[in-house]
Amino acid sequence: MELYCLGIESTADDFAVGITTFNGKILANIISAYVPMEGGIHPRKAARHHARVASRVIEESLKNAGIKPRNLSIIAFSQGPGLGPCLRTGATVARTLASYLGIPLVGVNHCVAHIEIGKLKTDVEDPVTLYVSGGNTIVSAFDSGRYRVFGETLDIALGNCLDVFAREAGLHQSVGEPFGAVVERYAAKGKRLIPLPYTVKGMDMSFSGLLTAAISLLKRGEHKLEDLCYSLQETVFSMVTEVTERALAHTEKEEVLLTGGVAANKRLQSMIRSMAEEHDAEFCVMPKEFAVDNGAMIAWTGVLAYKYGVVTPIEESVVKLKWRLEEVEVLWVK
Amino acid sequence: MGEMKQSVLMKKGAEASLYLADWHDRKVIMKKRLPKKYRLPELDKQVKTYRTIHEPKLIHEAKKAGVPTPTIFLVDVESATIIMEYIEGKQVKKLLSKTSRSERQHICLEIGELIGKLHRYGIIHGDLTTSNMILNSEGKIFFVDFGLGEKSKELEARGVDLHLMKRALQSTHFRFAEECFSTVIEGYSKMLSSENVKNILGKIKEIEKRGRYIAEREGD
Ligand SMILES: Nc1ncnc2c1ncn2[C@@H]1O[C@H](COP(=O)(O)OP(=O)(O)O)[C@@H](O)[C@H]1O
Ligand SMILES: [Mg+2]
Repeated sequence: MELYCLGIESTADDFAVGITTFNGKILANIISAYVPMEGGIHPRKAARHHARVASRVIEESLKNAGIKPRNLSIIAFSQGPGLGPCLRTGATVARTLASYLGIPLVGVNHCVAHIEIGKLKTDVEDPVTLYVSGGNTIVSAFDSGRYRVFGETLDIALGNCLDVFAREAGLHQSVGEPFGAVVERYAAKGKRLIPLPYTVKGMDMSFSGLLTAAISLLKRGEHKLEDLCYSLQETVFSMVTEVTERALAHTEKEEVLLTGGVAANKRLQSMIRSMAEEHDAEFCVMPKEFAVDNGAMIAWTGVLAYKYGVVTPIEESVVKLKWRLEEVEVLWVK
Repeated sequence: MGEMKQSVLMKKGAEASLYLADWHDRKVIMKKRLPKKYRLPELDKQVKTYRTIHEPKLIHEAKKAGVPTPTIFLVDVESATIIMEYIEGKQVKKLLSKTSRSERQHICLEIGELIGKLHRYGIIHGDLTTSNMILNSEGKIFFVDFGLGEKSKELEARGVDLHLMKRALQSTHFRFAEECFSTVIEGYSKMLSSENVKNILGKIKEIEKRGRYIAEREGD
């Protein structure tokens, strides 16, 4: 008999549900994005969206997977890190479902899940992972039982940096187009490199000073927007590539995995690929559906953990807003 | 650069290649920053030039602060090369997890004092990892690799510097990270006022809390 896990993802602006088998077959992966009318994510408004769409997205996932709720063996949910109200909404749905069905609940770390789905969907086995999204910028690799963080942002996430710049510049998104993609579109037409702060500190990086500098150049209006987008991209992507390269040299791993929402950017892909080639490392980029926040990654990581005896009793299922990647014992990797 | 004999590639790092060579009857290290294909050539040039000029300056200043560093002999910006004294010894990275507890504490205390001396003098190292520290046969610890450093006495910069040290211990010497870092702080505290240390520790806590959405930081 096939065993199934339903995973719920709700760390930020997306509410997503995925269903996988215990053997790693993905049967459903549905994402419902909360699109704010203006400005950035408002956590409580996003949470309201999640609560509104939850039952519909779950029903649709079950339908896609062709199974009934009673066929489910476990429920997995993203327990952190993320925005409080969003996380809590997902956790509430997960708890309700698990207790109604009388099946175990498994709390999953969102960042671990991005890495695990990468290993399931691509050829990588033991990569240095660059995970870049609106909320996270993390360079990690496995060592002695955990995914160690080698480099990360000291302030805002790379994706957030691009988004805020795009908003300040009043760039227009077409339907469903993320801000990062709009910046990429403009950058492709840029030619002139405008100096911006290049801030790598050890293995970590800082984007907020650079963002402030880029915005003030924008306001002064002396440069073409295309050139600013181009310079912004070239600078921030060079920074993350440098940090990823340092982690690769340090760990001597042979694979690089690029994931997260920003992974869709072609220029970033080409930089990481070029760097990996120089180190004779294999380069893999996640397909978009599984690079962005998704439920399948939560379901699959829930399965991995559950097989090693991890369950999350209701009383321990409170969300962890600042749950770091390296706090998780990764029992299933040897 | 003159009579360079028998240069041997000693280490090909992520950023630079290091050659061990004989130069005017001295054993020297030749640190050459390599071009990165992934970076635009103009950006690559900017980054390399900045670091090649900056690193020797800080290495020199660190000496004045009382922190052992290699003596700089020559800098060639065009080829992004620095020639410096070769420090014979062992990378702290290679021995810290293997040595005895008391030796480890001794080393960490010393590291803390050296970081304290740098900060007191207004120098931020910028890449405090145990691979950038060399222990010589006399038990003296040398700091190298100042390419990411800066001159600053700001709380933020000091906090980030120590935070990097902590992170490096966590990723490379995870079994002893906590013990090592608190000993580093013990040494560090000898060099700065307790008021200063208190503020810096507070800053480190704050830095550790960052890294998520702005919206969240703005009070949700
Ligand atoms: N002057 C020196 N004498 C002896 N060894 C050195 C010297 N400078 C650097 N090294 C060794 O070479 C390694 C790499 O040099 P470093 O300056 O840190 O370059 P990178 O930017 O590649 O890390 C150091 O970790 C250290 O072990
Ligand atoms: Mg170094």
